[in-house]
Amino acid sequence: MRRRLLEAMDKNSKVSAADLALMLGSTEEEVTALIKTLEDEAVICGYPTLINWDKVECERVTALIEVKVTPQRGLGFDRIAERIYKFHEVQSVYLMSGGFDLTVIITGKTLGEVANFVSAKLAPMDAVQSTATHFVLKKYKEHGLPLVQESHDERMLISP
Amino acid sequence: MRNPLSDTITKVKPSGIRKFFDVVSEMKDAISLGVGEPDFDTPWHIREEGIYSLEKGKTFYTSNSGLKELKIEICNYLLRRFGLSYNFATETIVTVGGSEAIDIALRVMLNPGDEVLIPQPSYVSYHPCTILAGGVPVVIELKEENDFKLTKEQILGAITDKTKILIMPFPNNPTGSIMTYDDLKDIAKVVIEKDLFVISDEIYAELTYGQDHVSIASFPGLKERTVVINGFSKAYAMTGWRLGYAVGPANILEQMIKVHQFAIMCAPTNSQYAGIEALKNGDPDVQMMREAYDGRRKLLIHALNNMGLKTFEPFGAFYVFPSVKSLGMTSEEFATKLLKEEKVAVVPGTAFGDCGEGFLRISYAYSIDNLKIALERIEKFVERHKK
Repeated sequence: MRRRLLEAMDKNSKVSAADLALMLGSTEEEVTALIKTLEDEAVICGYPTLINWDKVECERVTALIEVKVTPQRGLGFDRIAERIYKFHEVQSVYLMSGGFDLTVIITGKTLGEVANFVSAKLAPMDAVQSTATHFVLKKYKEHGLPLVQESHDERMLISP
Repeated sequence: MRNPLSDTITKVKPSGIRKFFDVVSEMKDAISLGVGEPDFDTPWHIREEGIYSLEKGKTFYTSNSGLKELKIEICNYLLRRFGLSYNFATETIVTVGGSEAIDIALRVMLNPGDEVLIPQPSYVSYHPCTILAGGVPVVIELKEENDFKLTKEQILGAITDKTKILIMPFPNNPTGSIMTYDDLKDIAKVVIEKDLFVISDEIYAELTYGQDHVSIASFPGLKERTVVINGFSKAYAMTGWRLGYAVGPANILEQMIKVHQFAIMCAPTNSQYAGIEALKNGDPDVQMMREAYDGRRKLLIHALNNMGLKTFEPFGAFYVFPSVKSLGMTSEEFATKLLKEEKVAVVPGTAFGDCGEGFLRISYAYSIDNLKIALERIEKFVERHKK
């Protein structure tokens, strides 16, 4: 039930509890209670909206930064990751295997703002050894959903 | 000038669905719940394999009965999913959709005057294909009170000494009805006792909810008398690829391959390569689609019953079959008015046989958003016309 509920909500958080209950063969009360539990357990961590900002007339720059850091004794990478993700510009932080340690995805209004964040905030941190900043040119797909125009239903209106 | 047409073809009525299609296609902004195909795109890894086969220059005929690797995968699949065991070399043919398999199976099994039992409401092609093959269609009317299942008594009531073939159209289009193991047990017994053959159209076998599909060919003594038809259209959302198959006794299959060879040559080569990928790695896709359909199915049954259109719970395919009798309209009246007044297209039950009168086929191969808009409009319509 948990898995099926989460899968049903994964791509569309707007489906009402009543509809979810019908589709999963449960009751509205049970679904509402389960969602509450999942929120309390931080399994469901939020309900953001997937926006294609490229279509909105406002400046917005996204960058992916590869960061090499020195882990701290007893705390590993968690402490430094936390210090980084607390900045409101930071959208995502992942610990990576391979050639660098942290992927930091940040957004800003301008290139300058992003560059300033890296040079003034991120790079000078003691634990940060190096950074490599890559700017995003175009987003095609996010959270499993294509950001390009959805193709319309090409099926015939009636078929046997 | 002499009449250019054969007597046989003029006996075949044009499809009832065609007539309604012409009405619908004039309504440009109608939303439709009328299609008989999945709303999902073919899973990308399957499409990719089709593209790859083109890149590799796989643009030639395959052997008449299909690529060996595909036939092996088909037999593996049927064993894995339904416990059916067939020889890929002598008991398997790859066809251009399940529809071709229906046609050629009837053509190789019927002598002029042989009777074919066709349970209706059902898919539109059994009746005309029987006539084209020189057979005589004998319709068995499935009843709402039996959840549109076929019963032993109905078969016994329709059998004559000319009866040769029983069509088994389950999971059923348009009713969504399925036949369970217990339902089939009695039917299997009658088939053997009366020395009948079965053409079992199992194209919706992957789309059953809450219980697995049971093939009538899995009963003792039935494999020898059954041609099982299946395909990729519904399970893997591959309608446009035109890829289906049939398995059955070698003596029947040998003759089906002969007709197929002269009429078709072989199923599209690229589709066959894509089909291999579908059977090898497509199980998770099927499961994802089945779960999505199941959710919509429950939503739809609930909403239709709530607005006063009596709908029995179907456990297969992606259709519901609500009754509109409470409104005192015929199926066609309801469908035509609904289209004109609320711009929602559904298919009148009569398109699938006269006994579909009083019912509608509503497809749930649509997104939830689409279904909800359509349901709101249907509800408004029902409210307005309630007696």
